[in-house]
Amino acid sequence: MTVVDESGTSEALRREDALLRVEQVQKYFPITGGGVLKRKVGDVKAVENISFDLIPGETLGIVGESGCGKSTAGRTVMKLLDPTGGKIEFEGRDITHLSRKEMVPLRREMQMIFQDPYSSLNPRHTVGAIISAPFKVQGVKPARGVQAEVQDLMARVGLNPEHYNRYPNEFSGGQRQRIGIARAIALRPKLIVCDEPVSALDVSIQAQVVNLLEDLQNEFQLAYIFIAHDLSVVRHISDRIAVMYLGRIMEIADAEKIYTSPMHPYTHALTAAVPLPDPRTERLRERILLEGDLPSPINPPSGCVFRTRCPKAQDRCAQEIPLLRELAPGHFGACHFPEEKQLIPVSPVQV
Amino acid sequence: MSIGGTGDTGGTGEVFLDVKDLKVEFPTEDGVVSAVDGVTFSVRKGKTLAIVGESGSGKSVTSQAVMGLINRKTAKLSGEVRLDGEELLTATTEQVRSLRGKRMAMIFQDPLSSLHPFYTIGKQLAEAVLVHQHVSKRAAMDQARTMLDRVGIPNPERRIKDYPHNLSGGMRQRVMIAMALLNDPELLIADEPTTALDVTVQAQILNLLRDLQKEFGTAIVLITHDLGVVADMADDVVVMYGGRIVERGGIDDIYYAPEMPYTWGLLGSVPRMDVGRGARLEPIPGQPPSLIRLPKGCVFRPRCPYHELVPGNRCDVERPDLLPVTPDHAVRCHLEPAQRKEIAIERLGAHSGQVAAPISTGQGTGSPRQEGR
Repeated sequence: MTVVDESGTSEALRREDALLRVEQVQKYFPITGGGVLKRKVGDVKAVENISFDLIPGETLGIVGESGCGKSTAGRTVMKLLDPTGGKIEFEGRDITHLSRKEMVPLRREMQMIFQDPYSSLNPRHTVGAIISAPFKVQGVKPARGVQAEVQDLMARVGLNPEHYNRYPNEFSGGQRQRIGIARAIALRPKLIVCDEPVSALDVSIQAQVVNLLEDLQNEFQLAYIFIAHDLSVVRHISDRIAVMYLGRIMEIADAEKIYTSPMHPYTHALTAAVPLPDPRTERLRERILLEGDLPSPINPPSGCVFRTRCPKAQDRCAQEIPLLRELAPGHFGACHFPEEKQLIPVSPVQV
Repeated sequence: MSIGGTGDTGGTGEVFLDVKDLKVEFPTEDGVVSAVDGVTFSVRKGKTLAIVGESGSGKSVTSQAVMGLINRKTAKLSGEVRLDGEELLTATTEQVRSLRGKRMAMIFQDPLSSLHPFYTIGKQLAEAVLVHQHVSKRAAMDQARTMLDRVGIPNPERRIKDYPHNLSGGMRQRVMIAMALLNDPELLIADEPTTALDVTVQAQILNLLRDLQKEFGTAIVLITHDLGVVADMADDVVVMYGGRIVERGGIDDIYYAPEMPYTWGLLGSVPRMDVGRGARLEPIPGQPPSLIRLPKGCVFRPRCPYHELVPGNRCDVERPDLLPVTPDHAVRCHLEPAQRKEIAIERLGAHSGQVAAPISTGQGTGSPRQEGR
């Protein structure tokens, strides 16, 4: 199968000065049988041959439905999970096979923000201890002392620096997410992988956190991988978007192109399914309903994995895996029969 | 009909659910939690009313009070809830139980915890039939199968023998909907029915609700925080904050001519898929209030950027009333109507994409403001 995918696709995806380069990365989770021997009986193919490049200061959104492998993809490129295959380069250095220990110095450069602000903070540590942990782990001694540095960070993310000695349970969900953000930016990383960073928050708080992430990006030239199921948030924050389905990237393009002229039928269905907070537009919108559910990643369909739910599927789709190829400049899609027309006129919003 | 008194949000068709001055209080060790305070609204047959608000706004408690699901031993309820003229708050538990599931039904957010893990889907559905109808078990099972088919579950003959854990999230939510619809209820309360689902499944479920409403003329109360879903489904909208209705109106009033600072904040907070990078979100600063220690004046005062425009600290000392702007549109705010209109145009106009063409004020290019953090 991999042979089919080796056809120079990744060549076109390459970008100069990439901060992070992901090439044909796979992540399988073995399924073991019962009994003492725990014989391997199969694999959950959570991530299958994904490739993308990320340049400094850029935001790549990864969207897809539950079970599409977007979180596993994020964790694998962060090397929190060991890739089964493929290659990950960070600043030109191959980090695919680095051990946990060898990764430690690199953690200064790449950090993560998690979805659940309740379980990603140790309830028995004070906020000060949580945010200063990266300094301790990396042996960094700020000139003005750790506490002053941490209090600056707290102020920067919109927390009251006087709350240095409080515990996470004394904060609301939005404030806890700010604590997680302060911890992530403490050592001025170049890349932050954000895994559903705002989905547990109320709308008004969500907007506060999104704005904070945007401000920090401008201030520190951060690159983000922004993983979320909410397409509106991803579209808002991303420069480019990768759409995943059953472990594979179906389409990757500029955020605007993904919305205005999706070329993969799955992207099309996905974007059409998101209701807009605009009743008059909603009344006029075309609806595409996808039938059925996500197939099992243990035994994915042959050929194109989306074909079982695709309205355009034909015989070829069952036989041949579609490659991620450049369908338009900078616009990559994995489909034998990509859509061509522009679906939604670009709204003249930004003047 | 004036809105201040009846909560009638206009339109035709008979009022099926009429809620007046509903109050729900929970006494706790720390003080009384005033979860719902003076909520008034009505829903007509064949129409959808959306209740919008964030966590702790009282939207779910309101729906539970209507369904008679609030424990009277731990909560104090007052006001009126009339279902087709029949008063529910003063009715006995038995009376309410005979209506629940039959004339009114509820769909909950989390289908996995609302279905019994130990019984098959078929058995749970048949039970819902047997409670309200005098039919044989076999006939009840037949009804269950037919309903599963109608909500779009493939192979219903096989599925009725499945347990909840055998089904995907979307399928379970369909089972919940099937269960709610078994006795052809005239009122359906859906509490965040699609929040746990993926967008493509959400689209299927919303479509299903719309079709069923068209077919049976069901009145729907949709409780959600998702302004996209509201725009897609609702005829009328109630915006709740701190246990109170802060604005109420037809769908277009709320989206294109909102008058309450909280509603502006909500609309400004939502990222839109048809607006790209660069358009900055305008969040509401601060946190939602604690329902135990509510602000003395307007509950939204601590987060409201406009309270200084009201002379004499009225926002600090006086609770505003829900007053009509038009017969179908009411708002709870001390700002002068003219001021509100002006600010609405400025805020929504500054986003121009936020409120598509309809409000064309000619000033679409204001610099994005930066309040809150």
